[in-house]
Amino acid sequence: MIHFKISKKLQSASGEMTLDLDFQIKEQEFVTLYGASGSGKTTTLQLLSGLIHPDEGFIKVNGNVWLDTKSKINLSPQKRKIGYVFQDYALFPNMTVRENLTFALEKGQDKTIVDDLLQTMELVSLQHQKPHQLSGGQQQRAALARALVRKPDILLLDEPLSAIDAEMRLKLQDYLLQAHRKYELTTILVSHDIAEIYKLSDQVIIIENGSITKKGSPSEVFSSHSNSGKFQFIGEILKIEKENFIYIVSVLIGTNIVKVIAMEEEIQNLTIGEKIVVSSKAFNPILSKLS
Amino acid sequence: MIDFEPIYLTLKLALTTTFILLVVGLPLAYWLAYSKTKSKVFVEAIVSLPLVLPPSVLGFYLLIAFSPENAFGKFLDNYFDIRLVFTFTGLVISSVLYSLPFMVQPVQSGFKSISKSLIDASYTLGKSKLQTVFHVLLPNMKTALITGIVLSFAHTIGEFGVVLMVGGSIPGETKVVSIAVFDEVTAMNYHDANVYSAILLAFSFIVLLSVYSINHRFSKISPLP
Repeated sequence: MIHFKISKKLQSASGEMTLDLDFQIKEQEFVTLYGASGSGKTTTLQLLSGLIHPDEGFIKVNGNVWLDTKSKINLSPQKRKIGYVFQDYALFPNMTVRENLTFALEKGQDKTIVDDLLQTMELVSLQHQKPHQLSGGQQQRAALARALVRKPDILLLDEPLSAIDAEMRLKLQDYLLQAHRKYELTTILVSHDIAEIYKLSDQVIIIENGSITKKGSPSEVFSSHSNSGKFQFIGEILKIEKENFIYIVSVLIGTNIVKVIAMEEEIQNLTIGEKIVVSSKAFNPILSKLS
Repeated sequence: MIDFEPIYLTLKLALTTTFILLVVGLPLAYWLAYSKTKSKVFVEAIVSLPLVLPPSVLGFYLLIAFSPENAFGKFLDNYFDIRLVFTFTGLVISSVLYSLPFMVQPVQSGFKSISKSLIDASYTLGKSKLQTVFHVLLPNMKTALITGIVLSFAHTIGEFGVVLMVGGSIPGETKVVSIAVFDEVTAMNYHDANVYSAILLAFSFIVLLSVYSINHRFSKISPLP
């Protein structure tokens, strides 16, 4: 159980802002922080890891107090058991992939975890390469593996997938989920991508101008009117075409393009490039075997 | 036949000075790069003074300070039996002060050039500040370190004014090559002056050439995007 209650004055692009957050996260939960840039998401991760200090606050993780400004407790980042994947991955350029991982080992820690992680992240063949020889996706996996070496209490991910192309991103999301389950992690992700959030998270926390405006499961938070659709997918509108009296909306779901019929009223507030939910109620799915 | 003692003395002075500068300059550069104290601008200005001050001015004040007639010199003389005027030790201390910016400035900008997230990453992996310096920072700023070391070394070899003021020209103690050139010229002994000068010229050129080619090679290995 993580209890996080923090207040800190920040200088943002739009002037002074107070970051004022209070939330709780259950063990082994996957939580996403969502919000416009400059709303305080990265700062939240930095506060949690002890890289910056709040004006006032309290952090308790699995029964241990990490920070309590009232009783002057403030553990250094070194003493908080966190795995942090930075937006630019922050792999050490002077070390190979393997050396990056072994550097993270604690004194006397069992070294088999390094091989285990290299295998899980499919980095064995790349282990003797330097970071600059790797692609973005490979660097991301190496950074994730390194963050897990110390078996952290919390895994913090600062938009790790934002610089990676769509196809690779889907694969990396699977790596993330796999690691989250295998190592029984409590994970906090900063993300802008609603489809990604749906796929990965148990809980979403929306932060606007330094405070929490919404909290809940992805479908509670993102669909404005709750529907009990049995099938629902997140997609992006590619095209809206008029055909006689109806409209045909092309939606990109995953890597498939799906055409959906819509009425004039429905397309009124839809624009191309927007993220939407495609759902279907009250119908009978037919199962047929793939030959 | 020319006397090789000044050449030996010059190298000894430059090596000792560079070594001390590494030990003193690294922590100072680290502090200047990362400290948030406002008063650090004073330290920055003082460190850089030798860049703009005529060497004779620095030498003059050091001579006054080191003189056994005055408080600091008297203190050293009485309590430690150390004399700094016209001695090799005095030369080393003066050279360290004189070449300080040549070590501190490149190393300081080397520290600053390293992405903050590398340092944060090391801290979140449980590594102390000292471990971070030796395993993450220094190995990723080799160019800055080499530049600092070579420039301090070369600058110490090339100094004249400070050495003349503090050390005079005592053979085997303070008579370095640059002083020897001056002595030979005043004695109208142009041949020996030429030999000493040619050695210094060739040496300085080779040193600078190697720094630039090493830096060129390092910058070709592109760091992370």
